[in-house]
Amino acid sequence: MFRWERSIPLRGSAAALCNNLSVLQLPARNLTYFGVVHGPSAQLLSAAPEGVPLAQRQLHAKEGAGVSPPLITQVHWCVLPFRVLLVLTSHRGIQMYESNGYTMVYWHALDSGDASPGTWSGRVLVFDIPAKGPNIVLSEELAGHQMPITDIATEPAQGQDCVADMVTADDSGLLCVWRSGPEFTLLTRIPGFGVPCPSVQLWQGIIAAGYGNGQVHLYEATTGNLHVQINAHARAICALDLASEVGKLLSAGEDTFVHIWKLSRNPESGYIEVEHCHGECVADTQLCGARFCDSSGNSFAVTGYDLAEIRRFSSV
Amino acid sequence: MSVRTLPLLFLNLGGEMLYILDQRLRAQNIPGDKARKVLNDIISTMFNRKFMEELFKPQELYSKKALRTVYERLAHASIMKLNQASMDKLYDLMTMAFKYQVLLCPRPKDVLLVTFNHLDTIKGFIRDSPTILQQVDETLRQLTEIYGGLSAGEFQLIRQTLLIFFQDLHIRVSMFLKDKVQNNNGRFVLPVSGPVPWGTEVPGLIRMFNNKGEEVKRIEFKHGGNYVPAPKEGSFELYGDRVLKLGTNIVNQPVETHVSGSSKNLASWTQESIAPNPLAKEELNFLARLMGGMEIKKPSGPEPGFRLNLFTTDEEEEQAALTRPEELSYEVINIQATQDQQRSEELARIMGEFEITEQPRLSTSKGDDLLAMMDEL
Repeated sequence: MFRWERSIPLRGSAAALCNNLSVLQLPARNLTYFGVVHGPSAQLLSAAPEGVPLAQRQLHAKEGAGVSPPLITQVHWCVLPFRVLLVLTSHRGIQMYESNGYTMVYWHALDSGDASPGTWSGRVLVFDIPAKGPNIVLSEELAGHQMPITDIATEPAQGQDCVADMVTADDSGLLCVWRSGPEFTLLTRIPGFGVPCPSVQLWQGIIAAGYGNGQVHLYEATTGNLHVQINAHARAICALDLASEVGKLLSAGEDTFVHIWKLSRNPESGYIEVEHCHGECVADTQLCGARFCDSSGNSFAVTGYDLAEIRRFSSV
Repeated sequence: MSVRTLPLLFLNLGGEMLYILDQRLRAQNIPGDKARKVLNDIISTMFNRKFMEELFKPQELYSKKALRTVYERLAHASIMKLNQASMDKLYDLMTMAFKYQVLLCPRPKDVLLVTFNHLDTIKGFIRDSPTILQQVDETLRQLTEIYGGLSAGEFQLIRQTLLIFFQDLHIRVSMFLKDKVQNNNGRFVLPVSGPVPWGTEVPGLIRMFNNKGEEVKRIEFKHGGNYVPAPKEGSFELYGDRVLKLGTNIVNQPVETHVSGSSKNLASWTQESIAPNPLAKEELNFLARLMGGMEIKKPSGPEPGFRLNLFTTDEEEEQAALTRPEELSYEVINIQATQDQQRSEELARIMGEFEITEQPRLSTSKGDDLLAMMDEL
């Protein structure tokens, strides 16, 4: 069972985007950072345990070429082995900051063609990030998608140092599975079925994909085989998150519901299995973002369209 | 964001405007032939070929202010005039109605069905005018051509673009409050029961498969809502049963809006730009292009204008003008403020063409107004 905890007020409501909440847990400093896109600005705030808000700041997308102010499409903390970067994407480009959002370390302008900036053409941009400093370099552009990329998930490859598996999803519902290395290699392609895949997660070789028709699919990353199909939501899914320590999956939909699932493997067959743990209705709120706030999945937070607060829930 | 959003936004808002004007014309007992003329003139201006051409060009959405200027021109395309307070109320009602429809659309693609509902009803208003009917049918054809082939992903983007346009608008509308589709805090009720969208399964089932794709296990879970399967898909053809009721005319009673305290301190966050002028200039260009395509007929003969009031009395209208919260003021873009002399002159010319001279009024009560109007006939 979960109970509704004290909400964290936002200075501007959340925009109707998918994956519109990023959370960075800093247990050593007893702090949690939250990032929400409002429109032309992204709000970053830090909170103590119990949700007491501490500091707030706003970031804007760089204007670049063009006349109207760029809308931010995503704000996300990327946790790398040796460094955490805050990434802001807009139609104009990609901005990277140190994790507290104070220092911009890199800006990559996307082609300002009329209607299709950079990754809207389906290109996946790979950057080389040094352990420190602004010397970030675009190292590769992966071609695998023709439609705009919606989400990317990664995890360290099983038993291999410095190699990661990555899944990319796009507006047509296509999923591509990659392995990093000196160059990225495409391992598998999982075709879509006529609806976008706004959100994807990767855990122990299991791909969890949330679709525009409200379904969650679980695939075996190595083979691309579909093993579980969940009729999870009555509207499009807007966000998925994983509590990696325990294999819990969080799904949030535009139908106002949040669901928590437990992923596992059948001890005999090794096939992926799932169990429904909990459902929560956030009344009259079209959700747009959802994240676990701790790695054991005991608490989570959601954002909703037009909602000027982050709603938090924790288990009792 | 999607560059294909403006036609859908414009046509649906325009449809709502016509529903509300039609209701007010009847409530204010405007003679049938005058009322018909007003609606015909507005619809004919809206669906003018040159105007539609500008509208359908791929372009970003402009601000609510810029769009309101276009509707104000449109509302004054005939012998009818609206005071600022009534125009504000009209725009409030239009935007909240379409916001509601976008939010409640089961699938992103259903916004196209909502658009068809509006156009189907508009055709009912002008069924005795074959020329205008043809214009509307032409627009319907263009819609099916352009939007018929868009993917689910592109419609999702259009929906998100529309929702961003309507973000933070929480004006309370008496009709919505009464029907319990809007809460007292201005948020719309999102039901968790009823039919699922076409193409979505009723939530509650988990299916598991082996390596050969054969189902090996099936579990049900309690998901919290009370949904049933979708009955059938609405028609996207020129004519057909749309199935969806959103976008049909439900305005059959006087409608009040409550604007006090609805957006509070969020107002400062809805500014479209942190840089001062560039957006205003681009918006002026947009307005000049769009309204340049509006061919508004000069009134022929001694047809006197009349004033439509969106409120029940003149006093109410005056009161509303005085008490409108600062953050909800739709200040019309100051066309003198631009550096571009030629552009602002051109715009001033276009706007100036449509001035309707104010008839002096000796009384302020509605009854006397009507008498005065009838004296002029």
